[in-house]
Amino acid sequence: MASRTKIGNISLGDLVLRYTSFLMAGSLIGIMAWIGVTMFRSAGESITKFGPGFITNRVWDPVREEFGALTFIYGTLVTSLIALVIAGLIGVGVAIFLNEIAAPKIKVTVSFLVELLAAIPSVVYGLWGIFILAPLLRNHIEPWLGKWFGFLPIFQGTPSGLDMLAGGLILAIMILPTVAAISREVIATVPIAQREAALALGATKWEMIRIAVLPYAKSGILGGIMLGLGRALGETMAVTMVIGNRPDILPSLFSPAYSMASVIANEFTEATYDLYLSALVEIGLILFAITFLLNALARLLVWSVARGPKGGHLH
Amino acid sequence: MINSWRKNWNTGMMGVFTLSAILSLIPLFAVLGYVIYNGLGSLNWDFFVHLPKGLGMPGGGMANAIVGTLILVALASLVGVPIGFLAAIYLVEYDRSSWFSTLTRFTTDVLTGVPSIIIGIVVYTAIVVPMKHFSAWAAGIALGIIMIPVVVRATEEMLKLVPHTVREAGLALGIPRWRIIISIVVPTSAKGIITGIMLAVARVSGETAPLLFTALGNRYWAKSLNEPIASLPVQIYSYAVSPYEDWHRQAWAGALVLVFIVVILNLGTRYIFKERQK
Repeated sequence: MASRTKIGNISLGDLVLRYTSFLMAGSLIGIMAWIGVTMFRSAGESITKFGPGFITNRVWDPVREEFGALTFIYGTLVTSLIALVIAGLIGVGVAIFLNEIAAPKIKVTVSFLVELLAAIPSVVYGLWGIFILAPLLRNHIEPWLGKWFGFLPIFQGTPSGLDMLAGGLILAIMILPTVAAISREVIATVPIAQREAALALGATKWEMIRIAVLPYAKSGILGGIMLGLGRALGETMAVTMVIGNRPDILPSLFSPAYSMASVIANEFTEATYDLYLSALVEIGLILFAITFLLNALARLLVWSVARGPKGGHLH
Repeated sequence: MINSWRKNWNTGMMGVFTLSAILSLIPLFAVLGYVIYNGLGSLNWDFFVHLPKGLGMPGGGMANAIVGTLILVALASLVGVPIGFLAAIYLVEYDRSSWFSTLTRFTTDVLTGVPSIIIGIVVYTAIVVPMKHFSAWAAGIALGIIMIPVVVRATEEMLKLVPHTVREAGLALGIPRWRIIISIVVPTSAKGIITGIMLAVARVSGETAPLLFTALGNRYWAKSLNEPIASLPVQIYSYAVSPYEDWHRQAWAGALVLVFIVVILNLGTRYIFKERQK
């Protein structure tokens, strides 16, 4: 029988399964290294030509062969920050609602619906953004913001609907499930005894959340928000479709901009010479480096919480 | 005693949390509602059986894109499922705690967060450029790479749920380890693993960015996997940003079909999972 074939004391089947599965596990590390090396090599020409100035140069002119990433970094950062603020607040709110307030049935339903939000493809969000969200922003929300908060530079100028605000809002919707799901998980790990202790001391439910739950879950929630940020930075299609795609650095959220992922998506197949392509890959490399670091850090945070942190403390 | 200030503050905060739950559901209904409403109005039989018409011409369909997406997802699964599944077997059955498996787990997590467009660039430089043309293969590999970490994570979770006693019982009977894994551990957690794979499939079937540099798109049927191939997400994208009214209509129809596929995969998964727990 095949299963009895033995080499020394170990069966052949074991050797085969053990080493093929080992190879596959190793291939994950291999793929990661391959991504890094390939990106670095294809960006080489641009890196040697422009040096660190690539990041601070705001000119992007394929005709004159001058490339700088600043406008794209700006667009990505601003839209991601908008998303982070909105999704961070609402996501943590949802997580608290699900853990501390909702009845079991509502909890299951709402968690499922929020998860479904993550399942909708990015391109569908983009389509919705172009035809539903953008007109809504242009005709109603942005004029209203301009009227009441127009004294702030970020709400000045002509509402266009296809701008940084639209990009930020779409991103907020897309990263909300990430923030909500991870916050919900870490909040659920807070021991019941800790909650009961706060309540026994006469705390209201909110006070219990503030002194017993949030400090305990703090770093895990931060990890969730960072994972959401990582997703926002690299998100391509939806942003490309609504951000306006104009390389500009303007303070107003009503002005069109360009993000790192969008410029790659739009110009990659049209890059006519090597240096152009290389510059686009360097933008990708910066994006890769940032998301890599963010994810690594976020995972460490979430892991440390899962392992059981120190208890909360009163301020 | 709770004084009224603290009580009101408490009520207010509870209201804020409930409100954020309600706010988080609005986009879901807004997006799904419009996709269903606009999509149903634009879907017709032609959409499923015809090729796209010429530039800006009304009529035609996305038959090639629908089939293209199915082909790409199949190719991706061919790459992503075996690698992901076996890697998870190693991490759970053979090596749970060495530095190697910790590093692999960590890499898996980080790989999940790598933007899909980066995978597109890498596959473009490593496969499309040497082959000198865009192809379904390249796209399948790109999507497969995106699938791997999702499959690893899901399979790992499920294998871990199988009690140790089951494995020990097998060993006590003198069954070799690989036989225990294949005939006892994997079948026990099969439903959960399939669930995870379906979720991974759902995730990649909507991916657009990496396809732009690998599959490119095609207005006709691809004659082989060595040619550029059409796919629903790319078709939706190029129609949505086009200036033609009829193409916008078809983009909505495409979005409805795509969302239908993804949501069915998710709901189906949910259903299987519930069965499993009974």
